[in-house]
Amino acid sequence: MSEAPAAPRSASADRAHERGIDLLLRPPVPRAGWRVLPARVAALCAVELQKLSHDRTELYTRAVQPALWLLIFGQTFSRIRAIPTGGIPYIDYLAPGIIAQSAMFIAIFYGIMIIWERDAGVLNKLLVTPTPRSALITGKAFAAGVKSLIQAVVVILIAALLGVALTWNPLKLLGVAGIVVLGSAFFSCLSMSIAGIVLSRDRLMGIGQAITMPLFFGSNALYPVAIMPGWLQAISKVNPLSYEVDALRGLLLGTPAHLALDFGVLVLAAALGITAASALLGRLAR
Amino acid sequence: MTAAVTCTALAHAFGDTRAVDGFDLTVSEGEVFGLLGPNGAGKTTAIRCITTLLPVPSGMVAVFGRDAARDRMAVRRLLGYVPQQLSADQNLTGRENVVLFARVFDVPRRERAERVAQSLAAVDLTDAADRLAGTYSGGMVRRLELAQALVSAPRLLILDEPTIGLDPIARTGVWEHITAVREATGMTVLVTTHHMDEADQYCDRVGLMHRGRIRALGTPAELRRGLGERRGLAPTDPLPSLEDVFRDVAGSGLDDTSGDFRDVRSTRRTAQRVG
Repeated sequence: MSEAPAAPRSASADRAHERGIDLLLRPPVPRAGWRVLPARVAALCAVELQKLSHDRTELYTRAVQPALWLLIFGQTFSRIRAIPTGGIPYIDYLAPGIIAQSAMFIAIFYGIMIIWERDAGVLNKLLVTPTPRSALITGKAFAAGVKSLIQAVVVILIAALLGVALTWNPLKLLGVAGIVVLGSAFFSCLSMSIAGIVLSRDRLMGIGQAITMPLFFGSNALYPVAIMPGWLQAISKVNPLSYEVDALRGLLLGTPAHLALDFGVLVLAAALGITAASALLGRLAR
Repeated sequence: MTAAVTCTALAHAFGDTRAVDGFDLTVSEGEVFGLLGPNGAGKTTAIRCITTLLPVPSGMVAVFGRDAARDRMAVRRLLGYVPQQLSADQNLTGRENVVLFARVFDVPRRERAERVAQSLAAVDLTDAADRLAGTYSGGMVRRLELAQALVSAPRLLILDEPTIGLDPIARTGVWEHITAVREATGMTVLVTTHHMDEADQYCDRVGLMHRGRIRALGTPAELRRGLGERRGLAPTDPLPSLEDVFRDVAGSGLDDTSGDFRDVRSTRRTAQRVG
């Protein structure tokens, strides 16, 4: 724990008072212990919301792709009836998968963002504040979660407009929010960890594109795990996106799900992601 | 009085390149100290060790008596840092940019708005506070970064090339604000710059850095007078400039050692963004 900063300079107090900047002589009292982490997370999440409030373009443009998935892929495959969905329309089955996919696509860009912040000096400036690296990464991970959550709301509304029979139970929707935030926290940390290894935007963009679609197709977002070949089932079992989709389906549609397992896996994945990204953050700072 | 910054035999290498090599420095409390040198001299590496961004593998760094290697959080609470790049977030307003730093320095909610307002007022950005930083001029962005650094009432303000890429009027404006805030708060300022004329005009003391260590140290007048005496100039002759002093200290071959590709790219990017 850090000690309180030394006392302010008294000799300048009169001059500072005259200029109306007397508060700038008094260092704030540091938060201590467990209160540091939620304070930093809240600060970084607030920044994300402020940015979205100034420019909603990204929100609208990012809504296009999930809307197309639901409109074209969802409606077409609902007619074909080629994918076993356990008795629910395919578009209903697909909607939670598309929510998870669009949240993952947002989170996976956080590695590129952190490299941009390094190049712009923002990262170094934040690292010179009394913010432990793990708190900075956790803050960014949850900021990705907040952004993904807003995206999830948009996709849920589109799905509702297309007639998907979603639950409106507030408790279940709260559970959906928690799952989306945890999933996004993991994928943003995965991306920031890779950023800490490859260190350049160009390399990260290549790797990001290389892993995003396999993560999506290697999950249960589009089809049940049971119809996958054995090797893909094995990938799906270690793919956190599968657990996110399973939980979202269970909460939003009421299909059989392993909610405790899904939640546990996502918490563990997010914790491991935060640990890895925090450990690698120092490489970006050099 | 405790020194604001003490570096003793500081060394830091990147692979085989010894960026800082036997760096000794003491910055007194309340002074404006200029660390001068070409790209690649080791200024930024030294600053990064002082700001805790880099570890201290060899030697010792202390800020107001706190060890930068072992007591990082305490050191960070004493610092305000403005990096070379334009680091304000252009997608936030000026006020939101400062609020973020108020929050990460634990400014309590009840005094946050007032403290942020005072920081913005200190750099004459009150009227522009609710505009997006992306609409600011280069000089305004630099002042905004100064406000971000001031909001936590730092005892040591570290500025890495604060006027790079700015036109002469904006440069003067930035320095006037630094000087005014320093006079009002009594804080210590450690600044790196390429501009010898700025150092001559605004710094109490300067350290000329070359190949990883300080090669000359003193007030600008002392250093210029010293060179004049070494050259046997008459009292009526004009004194050499700080640039002359620097060339004298560093010797020939400056052009071959002044920064790698990344240094130059970073400098040009910043200059381009300042516009």
